[in-house]
Amino acid sequence: MSGLEIIFLVVAAVTLSAAFMVVTTPNLVHGALWLVLTLFGVAATFVLLNAAFLAVVQVVVYIGAIAILMIFAIMLTRKVMQDSGPQTNANWIVAALLGLVLFVGIAQLLRKSSAVGMMMPAMDGAADPVVQLGEVLVSPNAYVLPFEVASVLLLAAMIGAIVVAWKK
Amino acid sequence: MISLSWFLIFAAALFSLGLYGVLARKNAIAILMGIELMLNAVNINLVAFWRYGDLALITGQVFAVIVFAVAAAEVAVGLALVISLYRRRSSVVADEINLMKW
Repeated sequence: MSGLEIIFLVVAAVTLSAAFMVVTTPNLVHGALWLVLTLFGVAATFVLLNAAFLAVVQVVVYIGAIAILMIFAIMLTRKVMQDSGPQTNANWIVAALLGLVLFVGIAQLLRKSSAVGMMMPAMDGAADPVVQLGEVLVSPNAYVLPFEVASVLLLAAMIGAIVVAWKK
Repeated sequence: MISLSWFLIFAAALFSLGLYGVLARKNAIAILMGIELMLNAVNINLVAFWRYGDLALITGQVFAVIVFAVAAAEVAVGLALVISLYRRRSSVVADEINLMKW
């Protein structure tokens, strides 16, 4: 087993156990902290996939903004989450079964597909993915339109969030 | 070397955990956390397919960037809704939000 494989297995194990804690822990503040660990694990996975830019964006956007926003919201609604009853609703068994069935189904599909054994192609000859990504996002014959639509969407979401949460 | 299936299995497990979180949790904020897990699993898949496919086609990463932006927008609006709801009904339990049920 090579070093990369061991690193991947450690990262995957940490990420999945943290994700498991996110969906099961009764205390939501702890859940948000486990979510931060999960997001770090996903950032590490991006590094393993040579997507350095996305790893940095993952840390800045997901951990720096989204997870912190979650913690803020949890603390603003804190009175509710102090109730010490079960944190799952009545049909959690169905939900667990559904998740399990989905996972087993995808695993079975993957076992049959030919893409399973694909190995990582070498990076040497290829252009720098960060340069490529930057050019493609502002090039008129590539993805400039989705890029601009995404910024308009963010603006709309910001205004919408302010309006919805406005104290009357 | 790591084969593609490892990443896909990892992402599938993460997605299933997120799905369980969305379906089973009571608290609306916990449901949003489950959605974040699912979006992250999708992002891993997108980037893995870029890495194992043609490296000159950067579409996988572009798609992941768009998913980041949409996730940020979704969380901002979702949490604003939860806070507004908490002000009006003093509850963030998804089962108790039945204003539009008949």
